Order: sequence, then C-alpha cells, then structure tokens
Amino acid sequence: MTTQLALSQLLNGLQLGVLLFLLAAGLTLVFGIMSFVNLAHGSLYMLGAYFGAAAFTHTESFLLALVAAVVGAGIVGLLLDRFALTTLYQRDHLDQVLATFGLILFFNELIRIIWGPSSVFMQVPQALSSTVDIFGFTYPSYRLAIIGAGIAVALGLYLLIQKTRVGMLIRAGATNANMVAALGINIKWLNTLVFALGAALAGLAGVMAGPIVSVQPGMGEPVLILTLVVIIIGGLGSIRGAFLAALIVGVVDTLGRAFMPTLMRTLFERSTADAAGPALASMLIYLFMAVVLAVKPQGLFPASTSVTR
Amino acid sequence: MSALVTKSLVKRFGGVLATDHVSLTVEAHELHAVIGPNGAGKSTLIGQLAGEIVSDEGSVHLLGQDVTRLNTHQRARLGLARTYQITQLAKEFSALDNVLLAVNARAGHKAHNFQFWHNAHDDQDAMQRADAALATVGLTSMRNTLVATMAHGEQRQLEIAMALATEPRLLLLDEPLAGMSQGESAAMIALLKSLKGRYPMLLVEHDMEAVFALADRVSVLVYGRIIATGTPDNIRSNREVRAAYLGEEMP
Amino acid sequence: MKFFPQPIVWSSPRTVTAIVVLALLAMLPIIAAAFDASYYVSLTTRILIYALAAIGLNLILGFGGMVSLGHAMYVLLGAYAVAIPASHGVTSGFTQLAIAISSTALLAAGVGAVSLRTTGIAFIMITLAFAQMLFFGAVSLKDYGGDDGLTVAARSSFGAFDLSNNVTLYYAAFIAVLVALYLSWRAVLSPFGLVLRGSKANARRAIALGHPIFQYQLVAYIASAVVCAVAGVLLANLTLFASPSYGAWTVSGELIVIVILGGLGTVFGPVVGAIILLALEEALPTLIEHVLPDYKSNWMLLLGLFIFVVALVLKHGVFGSLKSRSP
Ligand SMILES: Nc1ncnc2c1ncn2[C@@H]1O[C@H](COP(=O)(O)OP(=O)(O)OP(=O)(O)O)[C@@H](O)[C@H]1O
Ligand SMILES: [Mg+2]
Repeated sequence: MTTQLALSQLLNGLQLGVLLFLLAAGLTLVFGIMSFVNLAHGSLYMLGAYFGAAAFTHTESFLLALVAAVVGAGIVGLLLDRFALTTLYQRDHLDQVLATFGLILFFNELIRIIWGPSSVFMQVPQALSSTVDIFGFTYPSYRLAIIGAGIAVALGLYLLIQKTRVGMLIRAGATNANMVAALGINIKWLNTLVFALGAALAGLAGVMAGPIVSVQPGMGEPVLILTLVVIIIGGLGSIRGAFLAALIVGVVDTLGRAFMPTLMRTLFERSTADAAGPALASMLIYLFMAVVLAVKPQGLFPASTSVTR
Repeated sequence: MSALVTKSLVKRFGGVLATDHVSLTVEAHELHAVIGPNGAGKSTLIGQLAGEIVSDEGSVHLLGQDVTRLNTHQRARLGLARTYQITQLAKEFSALDNVLLAVNARAGHKAHNFQFWHNAHDDQDAMQRADAALATVGLTSMRNTLVATMAHGEQRQLEIAMALATEPRLLLLDEPLAGMSQGESAAMIALLKSLKGRYPMLLVEHDMEAVFALADRVSVLVYGRIIATGTPDNIRSNREVRAAYLGEEMP
Repeated sequence: MKFFPQPIVWSSPRTVTAIVVLALLAMLPIIAAAFDASYYVSLTTRILIYALAAIGLNLILGFGGMVSLGHAMYVLLGAYAVAIPASHGVTSGFTQLAIAISSTALLAAGVGAVSLRTTGIAFIMITLAFAQMLFFGAVSLKDYGGDDGLTVAARSSFGAFDLSNNVTLYYAAFIAVLVALYLSWRAVLSPFGLVLRGSKANARRAIALGHPIFQYQLVAYIASAVVCAVAGVLLANLTLFASPSYGAWTVSGELIVIVILGGLGTVFGPVVGAIILLALEEALPTLIEHVLPDYKSNWMLLLGLFIFVVALVLKHGVFGSLKSRSP
C-alpha cells in the first residue's frame, strides 16, 4: 500500500518536474543567450492556460486548445521580444527585473479584466479522463500523458539543439553570445526565435497544467519561482541542467509535501511534527537550493566549466 | 631576497595549456620584462601571480613568503599590486576616489576599513598619499574628474596610480602602453623609467623598443613556455628567440 | 566633530528638495489635523515605513550593487517579532525590537553568507528563493494564524510613551527614517562605504587592491536587513496585523521599484520613491473611477505599465536626476 502511494507520488513529482522543465528550458536559454532575466515568463504560462481553457470551452477539442496555447503564447512572446524587451537585453539585470516585474502586474490585471478575477475551469479531455493500472495501482491517465508529452518535448528539444544547425547556434550562443555575433550570425533573429520558442513551451506547460491546477490570475508566480529554483540548481544557461534539476525539484517537492509530515511524526512528538512538518515540506526545495549553491555556486550542471573569476 | 620567485606554474583552460611550467624570478630593484606573441599566456601568468587565476600546479613566493595558497586580496595586502591590460577602474568614481580606494588597502596599513562614521575624505594622511599617487602619474589636474569622462591615456595612467597608491613591494604591469598614442607612450615610458629601481617590477609589454630600453632582464614566453631569459642584449641576439618570435620584428 | 559628514551645498536642487520634503513630512500631522484629514496621517506613516525599508535596501542595492529580490522577508520577520510576542502578552517595544533585530541579524548573516557566494542573476534568484522559504515558513505557522496572519492586540509600548496614538506612531516612523538617512549618509561616505561602493563599481579591482569585499558586502547586507526589520516592526504597529503577505515577493519587487524610482545610489532617493509609488497606488483607483468607473479595481494594470516604463527610461530616478555631484 505505501509503496504504491510512494510510486504514485513519485509519478506526481515527475509530472511536476516535466512541467517545470518546459518552463525552465525557455527561461534558461533566454538567460544564456541574451543574459536576460525574464520574470514575466510565468505570465506566458498563465496566458497559455487561459488561451487553452478558452479554446477548449469553445471548440471542445483539446488538440485545438493545445494549439491555441502554444501559438498564442508564442505570438505574445514574439511581440514582447520585438516591441517591448529588445532595448532591455543590453541593460543590467536590475532594469530587466524591474521591467518584467511591471509586466507581471500588467498581465495579471489584463487577465482579470478579460476573464474576471475568479478561476476558470478547464476539464480533463474526455479521452484521458480515466485511470490506468500500473503495477497494481491506479493513476490518472491525464497526468501520465503529461509526463509522456513532457519527455517527448524534452527529447525533441534535445534533438533540435544537438542535431540541427539552429541548435548549434543556440548552444554556441548560450555559452558565448559574443562569439556567435562575431561569426556574423544575426543574433537578433536567434534571440527572437529562442524567446518565442521559450514562450511557446511556457504556453504548453500552462495548457497542460490547466485541468489539474486552478486557472486564475497570478497562477504564474509560484510556478515562476519554482522555475527559477530549477535553473539555478541546474546551472544557468544549461538545458541539460534544467532538465535534471526540474525532475529533481519536482520529485523532491512532491515527496517532501507527501511524506515529510509523516516522517516527522516518527521522529518527533505529534504536536511538534504537525506544526513543523508542512513548513519543512514547503521549504525543502529552497533548503536544497541553498545547499547546492553553498557547495557549487555555479549550479549542479553548469553550461560552461572553464570560466574563471 | 628576491621579490618574486615562481616555480613551475601551470594553468590549463580545458585543452589549452596557457602557462606551461613557468619559473622566473624578479630580484629586488629589478625590472623584469616578459614578452611574447598574442595568446602566449602573459596575462594568464599575471593573473596567476595575483591570485585571480588559480594555478593548477606550481608555487609563488612573494618576498620569501609562500603565497601559493593565499587568495587575491591577501596577496595584495602583502604588497603585490597589478595593473590590467584592459583598464579596470571604478568608472563612476572620481580619479581621487579610485586612488583613495587603493590607499585604503595599502600594504601594511590596518587590515580593514570597517569604519562607518567619518568621511573617507577627512582622513588627511590618506588624502595626501592619494594626491601624491596622482601627482606621480601627472593626473593632479584630473583629481576630481569622473573616470568615465577621462581620456583613454589618462585612464591608463590612473591604472598605474592605483597600483602605486597601494604602496606595493612588487608591481605587475600588464601592457601599460596598450592603446596609447605616441605622445602618451613617451610619457608613460618616462614614468616607468622613474619608477624603475624604486619598485621591483614585472612588465608585460608588446612595445619592444620600450622593453629593451627599460628592462634589466627579459623573459620570452611562447605558447605558455619561457624559452629564454636574459639581458636585453642577450635576448636580442638569441637565435631561438629570433626564430620563434623576433624574427620578423627585429632587423 | 562635524554633525554632517560632508559640507552641504544649500543651493543644490537635491538639498532643497530633501529639505522641503522633510519639512513637509515633519509638519504633516499638524496640517492633517487642521484639515481634519487624519486618514492622511496613517497613509503617510505607511509611506514612511516603506521609505525606511527602501533606505535599508538601497544600502546594498544602490551602493553595493547587490540586487536582492527578497528583502521583504526581513519586513515580515520584523512584523512577526511584534505580533508573536504580543500574542503571548509581551508588548514591550524594547523586547520586540530586540527580538526583531537579533533574529534578523542572525538570519541575514546566514542568508547573506550563502547568497553572496553568487553574483548577478543567481544572487537575485537565490535571495528571492530564501524569501519564499520564509514566506512559506510563516504560512505554516498554524498557531499564529497561518495563511491569514494574526492580529496584534496592542501597539508596542516603549516605557513611558507608547505608540497607541497615531501621531506618536507617525513621529516614531519619521524619526526612524531620519536616523536611517543620517546613518546611511555617514556610512556611504565613510571608508567602509568607499569600499562598498568600490565593490559595486569594480569588484575585480577592489579585490586586487586588497579589499576582502565579501566581508563588506555581508556587513552591508546584514545592516540593510536590520533596517527592513525595523520597518516591519513599525508596519505591524500601524496595521495591528502581521501576515505572510508582508513577505510576498511582490513586496520585495515594490521595494526595488521605490529605490529605482527615487534614484539608485542616492541617500535620499528612497524617500522620494516611496512617496511617489504609494501616492500613485493611492491615487490610481480614484483617477480611474473618474474616467472608467467599471475598471476602478484594475488600477494595477497601469501600475505595471508605469513600472515597466520607469525601468526603460528613468535611468537615475526622480531624485537622482536632480543636479548634484555627491551621493
Ligand atoms: N578564461 C579563459 N578561458 C579559456 N581560455 C583562456 C582564458 N583566458 C585565456 N585563455 C587562453 O589562454 C591563452 C593565453 O591567453 P593570455 O590572455 O594569457 O595571453 P596573452 O599572452 O596575455 O595575450 P595578449 O598579448 O593578446 O594579451 C590564450 O590561448 C587564451 O585564449
Ligand atoms: Mg594579455
């Protein structure tokens, strides 16, 4: 019984992990290539969820909802890159933080104006609304589908980055943007591509999360912060690091919340455990990050290793 | 006692062997020049000596003391001062505040600046030392000028002033003539001449004329290795050096 | 000994602005009483408290170049240092202040020591993460209201005089701001401040000169956290309430906005920034009500745009744009 519980929590952790990866991939690449801190990345996730939910209720087709979210968020990303953020790429991180902080407030309020302040309901698609049996326990097929889709996207991204010319440029840009510029590549075009791709992935994460979280204004921020933790732990600019760290963070966070209180009860008195357990559980990944940074300030899997300073 | 002794310093950047078992000494009062083609590892060597770049192998002794395990600011406090090939200044400071920052870190001075109350400019002794450093390099008139608005040549002079203001026991100069006009170069060479003998110096420089005019000894660094060390005359006539490096440049 | 750390140029626009603003703040309760507008006393107390926290943040952000996106956590800690003791019947302001300052100094020493191992963007994010950690920590304090926070039964009492009177609280905040301004003014110009500013202007050079800048940054970080904690103590007194939301990351963001709005690296900037931001937050809903009554509650949209534009165009901040050569 408990092993089954543990397994299903593990799957939950993986599911959170792949969602985080979809967000982290864009964020870490944008950082690596443009040295740009985009706090509004969570807003793109939120927009994806809303676009998807709206398309789903109007068309009742989950496929169209996926398309709406990915394309919609991608287009918003494109517009942001072209018209709002370009001048910020050259600025210091402080200006970037401030500007994208302003954008978060803007997008949250915009959503509130269009869709209202309360949460929007998004159904699990019909075909995936049942459960499946794995090793004798049942697990929602939709969540399983998220894991599958997330891993598929990760694979696709891996192939794109490792095997194509564009991918080679992205890799080069993430480790040394000046070098790519020196090679005569139009870096602006690459920037826009990466930014829009990151936005589309965030939108995808949003719509996939739509049926299992509450779709509401401000839903992007908690996820954004988890994503920041992921890319820090993974090493800024490192896609591989983002993937591994996303899974670690997803699993650690989920298992922590599920088992920390019980674990505490075996160690401490019930009252202490009940008070401290949930607190420790929600603080776990931040503690984890602090430990990682204390030991390896560059993150676990830094993008380039030869940098000295 | 030698001002600086290095033994077998090595630094690898991935596959690149930037410095390859570099051993050299700088005697008291000596001006020791290091020359070598672009990418030879000269700046890397200076970084290793200053502690900014952690060496993979080898040791560094400063005035007889083993400083291999000390970090950058500790070495600086023992009297090691460096300048940079690419100017490293506090751009939003005045020239004076740049030197004052250096004066407040001078070797043998009290170990810290955890004083929160009095204005740093009210320390008459420090101010005099700062003004003296500015005067030495001829920047007295620029005292209150913002560094960002100073000309390149003046910024290069300020580089030297900051190093001098720490009252060093060893000066490491990384291409002080880089990017200077002829007039500025002449002034800088005159300055270096006046400093010669007062401080032991390790001078990295591309300008051969300047090097042969100033140096007591010259070491030639090629692909991270010292291929020859000797007096300027020695080096000029060294066949290996001529072949490896000076061939085209010297008649 | 001179009272001011540097000679004052009375004719400089910055000096004039600072004096006028401080004079107006000093007289505000009297003016408000004359117009029977006591609401403005508590509004301005709030402004002063935010100004105080921003003065703290400015110490590391403006002068040390450390972009902390987590300083609201110290405001939170300060507020809980009032609320939790108060819930156990401890209303002595001295005790509460001592708890606030000591716990903040301890926490900031730990958080700072870890965070300062990183620079740039990683520092921004790790400070944010630590703040989230404390935020969730506060949420999980079920005995102390959890999510909902807890009310403070009585304002702190400092021996003979207590803060229960709104005007007293106002002047307590005002004096705290004055003291913080004065101390940071001195600190910024001191040898310590020179090294701190040097580490911002060129960390590599500062180290190569022989300054162990980590220590300076850490001390500045702790000091700045303590100032924020004092602001938290005052905030809990003003609202008679403490809740995890005081440590929300949006509050940390607002503090950065205030510092930038006023003028990065100016001592008085945070006061100007706090006045502008909070006045704007106060005025926007009313303004919108006149034009588009249906959208009164959506004023944050404009605030977001405003912040975005400030980041894009306002390089030196409002106060920082006024002429003067000294910080
Ligand atoms: N941080 C680094 N990471 C990787 N390689 C480096 C790094 N710094 C230097 N190198 C490499 O080490 C070698 C030596 O570089 P260095 O800057 O020391 O040369 P140099 O002699 O100072 O050249 P120059 O005359 O152009 O200043 C070069 O091949 C350079 O590309
Ligand atoms: Mg060099």
